[in-house]
Amino acid sequence: MPPFLVIARLTIQESSRRRLLLALLILTLVVVGFSAWGFNKITTLTRANGTPLPPEQVALLTSQLLIVVTFMFSGVLALSAAVVAGPLISGEVESGLLLSMLARPVRRSEVVIGKWLGLAALVAVYAAGAGSLELGAVDWATGYLPPHPVELLVFVAAEGLVLLSVGMLLSTRLSGITAGVIALVAWLMAWIAGVVGDIGTGLQNQALENVGVVSHLLLPSDGLWRGAIYAMEPDTLIAAMRALGAAGRANPFAAADPPPTQFLAWVVIWFALVLSLSIWSFRTREI
Amino acid sequence: MAEVAEKTEAAASPEAAAGTPAVKTVELRKKFGRTIALAGLSMTVPRGEVFGFLGPNGAGKTTAVKLLLGLLTPTSGEGWLLGKRLGDLGTRRHIGYLPELFRYQAWLTASEVLTLHCELAPLPRASWKDEIRTVLETVGLTERANDRVGTFSKGMQQRLGLGAALLGEPELVFLDEPTSALDPVGRHDVREIIRGLASRGTAVFLNSHLLSEVEQVCDRVAVVDHGRVIAEGTMDDLLGGTAVRVRVAGLAQADKNQLAKFGRIDDEGEQLTFASLDPGRVPELVATIVSMGGRVYEVAPRHQTLEDRFLQLLEDEEK
Repeated sequence: MPPFLVIARLTIQESSRRRLLLALLILTLVVVGFSAWGFNKITTLTRANGTPLPPEQVALLTSQLLIVVTFMFSGVLALSAAVVAGPLISGEVESGLLLSMLARPVRRSEVVIGKWLGLAALVAVYAAGAGSLELGAVDWATGYLPPHPVELLVFVAAEGLVLLSVGMLLSTRLSGITAGVIALVAWLMAWIAGVVGDIGTGLQNQALENVGVVSHLLLPSDGLWRGAIYAMEPDTLIAAMRALGAAGRANPFAAADPPPTQFLAWVVIWFALVLSLSIWSFRTREI
Repeated sequence: MAEVAEKTEAAASPEAAAGTPAVKTVELRKKFGRTIALAGLSMTVPRGEVFGFLGPNGAGKTTAVKLLLGLLTPTSGEGWLLGKRLGDLGTRRHIGYLPELFRYQAWLTASEVLTLHCELAPLPRASWKDEIRTVLETVGLTERANDRVGTFSKGMQQRLGLGAALLGEPELVFLDEPTSALDPVGRHDVREIIRGLASRGTAVFLNSHLLSEVEQVCDRVAVVDHGRVIAEGTMDDLLGGTAVRVRVAGLAQADKNQLAKFGRIDDEGEQLTFASLDPGRVPELVATIVSMGGRVYEVAPRHQTLEDRFLQLLEDEEK
């Protein structure tokens, strides 16, 4: 097995042995259980005259609530990725764990790629598994399934991978805590910058809009989150937002349009750049 | 910043043939900012030799080992391991390394850690089982093979690290303070392991503070201070002098200071040890002490220890 796959396997094995996967599984089951119960309550809501809500309103309410739940879910995923990636390399350099491994015929690029692959696989599997479970629970409770469930899961996973990549890049030079905190703050700032961009859209202020655009380029987490929102919205809501024009596009919890193709292409390039930078940074680090 | 060396191909080298030294360096220098960690290390360690690398804290010993292993990049100078330039990936297949800061995956068992190193080395899969069984036996961890490293004492982790360094019968083994966490029994075991390596022709580069340990196992020694080799040679070369212990009373401090003309003195009250004194000068020494009013009770020449010589070298260097 090539060294990068050995290291990827070791990374997954560590998460499993340290019971990170078990903790996430239990927490996810609890959250999915509670949210299924909550979503089920929507179907029992009635109007003032005692008649049940029509299916369109149930779908609308469910989609909005699902966006909030997914926001929390993607936040947990991004936070976990940042916290786990922060000490991914620096922790092992500081403890000396990597010393004996790097004295073997192993390239440092293989260490970086192996660790990224291992955690990326965990993020992807967790996003797909937990997301599918949540969507299944919502479908069971309300009969509502977002129009683009696969895209939704891909965007949520990609957001986690962005944080993982940033955390790991920082981890090649900074201590685990510092790298994790910076990645986390960057994620929050990117989200806030996205909100500022929305305000700019609403006010038709180019400077504010540019804040959102630039932040999406520097750290595409918020841009990917907008993609996840779009994948969750029913067509009727999207049509209504588009009808409102600029005002309809000024909501950080709504997306009238899917992420542009150019942005998605940039995300691919962004991953390649950040990984390359991580490899260069670690190769030039003296340990 | 220069990239940390990581090369795959054998660099052209006049030494790149069979029979080359295990280690060779020419004016290897390393600076960290303004601090000179290694100020021009030149040395040769033949294959099959147990080489002791001594020096006080901060002398540059661990920096030298990391440079040799390609974990650090030299600021200038050159070096070869087993005939290949420093940083050559292929050479690392034939090298074992126990770091000073040893740490292994706490969530793995001892066997799993060794399996990991077999994979990374890489050794043929068919040999893993025998290799692991042999090194576990060698370092005395057979009984704990299936226990997690997280439950090990520091000494046991160091034994495990030593085991990992021995996998695959390497041609050159770097041991950086290999007994720092071991009890006397463990230290004895390590000495036996080093002797075993030497007997099968493996070169051992031993970085240690423990001079008695070095004295017992090393064929040759280099003493490094302030990033520079200040003495190098076989044990016989280095320990040529004789130490003389004198039990004496009635000397004032000023008198003792005057005795410095006989060489470095370890002053332990009534017991003075002259670290390196020609036996022919013993009568002159006694006469001088008596002329100062000192009362001599015992004069005992003994062979100089490595510790005597080490301290003397460092003192000479300070002057």
